[in-house]
Amino acid sequence: MTDDELIWRISGGSGDGIASTSQNFAKALMRSGLNVFTHRHYPSRIRGGHTYTEVRASADPVESRGDGYNFLLALGDSFARNPQEEAVYGNEEIKPLSENLDELREGGVIVYDEGLLDASEIPNFDERVEENNWHVYPLDLRGLARDQGREVMRNTAGVGATCALTGMALDHVQDLMRDAMPEKILEPNLEILQIAYDQVKEEYDVDAPDVSVPTGEHDEEQLLMSGSDAISYGAIDEGCRFIAGYPMTPWTEVFTIMTQNLPKLGGISEQVEDEIAAAALAVGASHAGVKAMSGSSGGGFALMSEPLGLAEMTETPVVLVEAMRAGPSTGMPTKPEQSDLEHVLYTSQGDSQRVVLAPGTVEEAYEQSRLAFRLAYEYQIPSILLYDQKLGGELKNVPKSHFDREPNPTLGKTLSEDALADEPHSPDGKFHRFQHDVEDGVSPRSIPGQKGGRFLATGNEHDPTGHIAESPDNRVAQIDRRTQKLEAIRDDLNQEDTGSYAGPEDAEYGILTFGSQQGTVEEAVGRLNDAGISVKSYGVSDMLPFPTEQVREFVESVDEVLVVEMTASGQFRGLVQKNLGQYGEKLSSLLKYNGNPFEPAEVVDGFEAAIVEGDGDASGHQTTFVPAAGD
Amino acid sequence: MSTFSAIGEEREIDRDEYTPGVEPQPTWCPGCGDFSVLKALKQALPEVGRTPEETLLCTGIGCSGKLNSYLDTYGFHTIHGRSLPVARAAKLANPDLEVIAAGGDGDGYGIGGNHFIHTARENHDMTYIVFNNEIFGLTKGQTSPTSPKGHKSKTQPHGSAKEPIKPLSMSLNAGASYVARTAAVNPNQAKEILIEAIEHDGFAHVDFLTQCPTWNKDARQYVPYIDVNESDDYEFDKTDRVEAAEMMRETEESLYEGEVLTGRFYVDEERPSYGAEKQEIGEMPEEPLAERYWDDDYEWERSHDMFLDKHA
Repeated sequence: MTDDELIWRISGGSGDGIASTSQNFAKALMRSGLNVFTHRHYPSRIRGGHTYTEVRASADPVESRGDGYNFLLALGDSFARNPQEEAVYGNEEIKPLSENLDELREGGVIVYDEGLLDASEIPNFDERVEENNWHVYPLDLRGLARDQGREVMRNTAGVGATCALTGMALDHVQDLMRDAMPEKILEPNLEILQIAYDQVKEEYDVDAPDVSVPTGEHDEEQLLMSGSDAISYGAIDEGCRFIAGYPMTPWTEVFTIMTQNLPKLGGISEQVEDEIAAAALAVGASHAGVKAMSGSSGGGFALMSEPLGLAEMTETPVVLVEAMRAGPSTGMPTKPEQSDLEHVLYTSQGDSQRVVLAPGTVEEAYEQSRLAFRLAYEYQIPSILLYDQKLGGELKNVPKSHFDREPNPTLGKTLSEDALADEPHSPDGKFHRFQHDVEDGVSPRSIPGQKGGRFLATGNEHDPTGHIAESPDNRVAQIDRRTQKLEAIRDDLNQEDTGSYAGPEDAEYGILTFGSQQGTVEEAVGRLNDAGISVKSYGVSDMLPFPTEQVREFVESVDEVLVVEMTASGQFRGLVQKNLGQYGEKLSSLLKYNGNPFEPAEVVDGFEAAIVEGDGDASGHQTTFVPAAGD
Repeated sequence: MSTFSAIGEEREIDRDEYTPGVEPQPTWCPGCGDFSVLKALKQALPEVGRTPEETLLCTGIGCSGKLNSYLDTYGFHTIHGRSLPVARAAKLANPDLEVIAAGGDGDGYGIGGNHFIHTARENHDMTYIVFNNEIFGLTKGQTSPTSPKGHKSKTQPHGSAKEPIKPLSMSLNAGASYVARTAAVNPNQAKEILIEAIEHDGFAHVDFLTQCPTWNKDARQYVPYIDVNESDDYEFDKTDRVEAAEMMRETEESLYEGEVLTGRFYVDEERPSYGAEKQEIGEMPEEPLAERYWDDDYEWERSHDMFLDKHA
């Protein structure tokens, strides 16, 4: 853990502007030359409840939320001022302060809105402050904002106070407010920012800040981007111009971003009656010759298993994104988990085939969104982009050049009318859409409206012309060909460098992980090596087809492997063992399923306890250790 | 654009063009009403001037879904109840296609009921033909959403306690701009109605009464029909929602009392189709989206140039 970092947590009730304020603050830090990473925690409700966002900023690269935090800005619960000042909502009246203290680091700073929160109501507050050497600044943010005519702008006052207390100049914040705010509210906000800044400077000795903002510099232009942003831009750059969906947290983010952008590109977005329809629309649009996507989260994706199978059987390319949240059923709508992995791998009846990719970072989300489309259209197979609420919602800085790539709107093996005319595919002159023997298993397709390309797409087993057929020879030929595509895709993926490795190559131990936990694990690996424990990690990105050889090589190269994932049942570990067919005695699991992602320290502690000390007791954290088989 | 040159081609079209070369023998039972739908479509499409290659026929599952195998157009035999979402997306992706969806009463009014309501509501420019034989045929004779109250079957051995669905009223209330009912026993009317439905610029719903001689021998579709547009006993303005609704109510009640009323019940030529509405508000390109992928001169925009500055 580097001390030279700011992890700023803003907490309050939903509806307090936590998200927009933290986003602007993160961007201001990025513009000042720092690397940033945000972590969101919010309940499933419109207003009130306990919500916070962390913004981590450091001159060094940051790939995770970090451990705990060192600066708390506690606003009030939004219900405290509406409808009556003294009104409280349930038992949550002082949560913006009390709920957050457990993770505040020693020596950290607390700024709280004394107009709304009363620290004396928190048991042993003063003792805890003394014990942890916290620096407490009760400020009447509400009063200050009210004096300027707008109580709601107390979050701006809080940012002004933060800047004053951490030694951060106001200019980047002011620039951002000018960019983001409409004229009407800009002036009072700028005023409140300045007044809060000046007041704190005047009132407190802040020349030697308790927690200071580090300084850094970027050597190229940076963007603040979420996983959902990156997935959307990847889809757009790969030529996707059609999306259909139904709102469901957290998939809604991708759906919204696409819907806002597609019409500007001459594309089409459809919000439809349910998820079955949504995926079926994507299939229909793709059949008609457009690059199309749909998506959902666990429960909505369950409805898509029918159209998913239809796309597989009719070999209609389509991309579905699945944004995981804690399940089963509606589970915990706003909390991340990785437990839809098996659902996504195995849903739909029959020997059904699809591609499943699981990006680990915002950068990878862009690349693998593009890859999902490329594979879907080149191989005429559904691809699923599997990520979770954490990756979808977290913001981090990425160099703008990362996205500077050529568009790829190609439809894959799709015949022009000239090609259809030149190469009749059968002696009867009919177009054979589903030829038995083709390279890679991919039989070229035609698009409705093309001359000479008439065919039937059906979810029933079919002969080369597309007509329903149940003969044993045809069945075997068709299913073998469809299956063959997966092997071709595996070879294709082996040409790409999709996994992520960290730590020394000759390490003694290994950690395997997938998806959004990759950055956290990599940070933990760095710390373990700093502490003299030789360990490396492999963040696996391809779930299906699985990179069996690469994972085998990794497992064989170390003595023991810890599999880190956000599931209760070790689904990813099961997938690894299924594909490797052995090494059960080498793999242990570190699991977390309480609704929060791992922090690096939990991985460090869990690894030390489970692998190094071998007692599997990672006490003090809400993580679970499952030892290797046969232990 | 030569990529979709089958679209809009003007020429004499022989109805045999719609017959698959290597004829799959229909698996429909002798005397099945589905033969009449196939025949009426083969007659209507050439008269409208639509070639097989510019026509996309999307079907659901069941006996009606086999229509795709016997009518040689571009086809998509989808899954149970899902022909409409597949069809309407294809229409949005390429509005120049002639899109026809077809399915049975279980497929369209039961499992696909939600899609039916919403497709009608949006008024997509397509034709939807529902083979209504008041029974599940291919699964061997279970009660369907249009089976009459009291209908006995293996799945309703005590006689159904449910009122049948009223598809015409449902369609009208949901927003369809063309609603008609025809019957297999009246091939001339069926052909005329299908021509009108295909030409109609909006969601045209045709409830097509088809007898099931194997599983539903008692159904009323065997009795003579009355064409409400030709009979002097039924005066109403089919462009008036209120009068249309009243006629539909009468029709849907009398169907189970032995009197089959068919014809055009509601025709709204004024309401723009969904695609036109979407174009109007700037949510859909003027040129078919599907064509763009074949246009070598089209410049594909990059997120890097379009959207990323707001993240800086």
